[in-house]
Amino acid sequence: MTHPILEARNLTKIYGQNVIFKDITLEVKEGETIVIIGPSGTGKSTLLRCINLLTPNDGGQVFLDGKEITARGYDQDEVRQHIGMVFQNFLLFNHLTAFDNVMIGLTKVRKMAKDRAREKAMEELNRVGLADRADHYPGQLSGGQQQRVAIARALAMDPRVMLFDEPTSALDPELIGEVLGVMEKLARDRMTMLVVTHEMGFAREVADRIVFMEKGSIVEEGSPDDLFYHPKYERTREFLWKITELYGKKEKGKAAAP
Amino acid sequence: MSDFYAFFIRFLPDLLKGAGITLLLTAQGLIAGFVLGLLATLARTYGSKFWRGLAVGYIEVFRGTPLLVQLFLIYYGLPGLGITLSRELSAFLALGLNSGAYQAEYLRGSILAIGDSQMMAGRSIGLSRWQTIWYVILPQALRLAIPAWSNEPVSLLKSTAVVFLIAVPELMAKAKAIAARTYDPIGSYLAVAVIYLAIVYILDAFLRWLERVSRIPGFETEGKRA
Repeated sequence: MTHPILEARNLTKIYGQNVIFKDITLEVKEGETIVIIGPSGTGKSTLLRCINLLTPNDGGQVFLDGKEITARGYDQDEVRQHIGMVFQNFLLFNHLTAFDNVMIGLTKVRKMAKDRAREKAMEELNRVGLADRADHYPGQLSGGQQQRVAIARALAMDPRVMLFDEPTSALDPELIGEVLGVMEKLARDRMTMLVVTHEMGFAREVADRIVFMEKGSIVEEGSPDDLFYHPKYERTREFLWKITELYGKKEKGKAAAP
Repeated sequence: MSDFYAFFIRFLPDLLKGAGITLLLTAQGLIAGFVLGLLATLARTYGSKFWRGLAVGYIEVFRGTPLLVQLFLIYYGLPGLGITLSRELSAFLALGLNSGAYQAEYLRGSILAIGDSQMMAGRSIGLSRWQTIWYVILPQALRLAIPAWSNEPVSLLKSTAVVFLIAVPELMAKAKAIAARTYDPIGSYLAVAVIYLAIVYILDAFLRWLERVSRIPGFETEGKRA
């Protein structure tokens, strides 16, 4: 099972004079977890949005299951339900309970019968360990719980691929683990995932491949071992060293706190 | 004081009849204005250039001119173009159009506050643009708008008083008639003031109730943070 589910070819995004990223070519195969790392402002988030067609691209193509979804006249609403997206700041529907957040896509997009949709929504909440929070509103949930509901909301559409845009960056340190735990479980279940994150532990342990992006281009990609221990480029080494150092410091700080 | 009380009781049935028409005008204007305002604000926020222009034009014109001028243009002006409308219909049109322009602005503020991020979230699960507006943005924006929007029913209620000038027999018209008949302008206008006050009081209680039952736990703070 190695045919690419998702493929970006020469994807380019330009805002006015600013080249956000240029000629990004990327392949995600079935069941793979790809982690994109890189300094802030390198266009990683925008890349995910372009892949999901939430932001129009300025060049290049995106393919889902071999079909070009960036083609003119392609039904974008239809295609988005097959690409799950998890945002940095959760973006749950604040007027709906956790249950209804998961349910709305099932009834309004997939037009599922109410009974079947209810069952499925509950299954998805169960999958992220929040069945007991079904009737809570987002405002009554912790950040970690909100993000898990957001993951369940995306999973409910049975997407071909899940995109994660720094899913733990807005979370307090003690809440990061529960979200990463859910993502690790998804990866183990061979969900196809494309993850932008600064969590190096997750990248090292879960990723099949790591892509290092800087200044709108892919510098290097390879297995976690390759990138962490035998990076080809000095830039990759520097970045990983810096971020691991930072991560280490955070760990020490946490340990020192009562 | 007891004089006023006797006066008030004596003319109460007549005044209540006028108050009924006042309330009807308010309700009609509010509902028509809500539909118009919602359409105008959606056109302004999400519409193409043409619809945006049309909506902005409508809102500016009806917020920028006195209600009385609008009323006279409709009732006395339109017949010049071959369109003659009844007093009631003219009153309804003027109040609805005027209120719509204000309601559009109340709603726009809260739609902007809900922001593009909820739109993105809706689109990300495959909802279309209009589905997201309908199922995600409006339910939140309407709730957010309630406190500011609460001014509108009260303000519109009082605005209905101008339609006595085209002889719609509402509360103010009744007061004027009673004043003319009894030579007691103080008594009759005071009586009308008391009735307006009582209606506003009831309206306010209703609006507070509306705000309470539509509240979502944790939502207010979320809305402010967004």
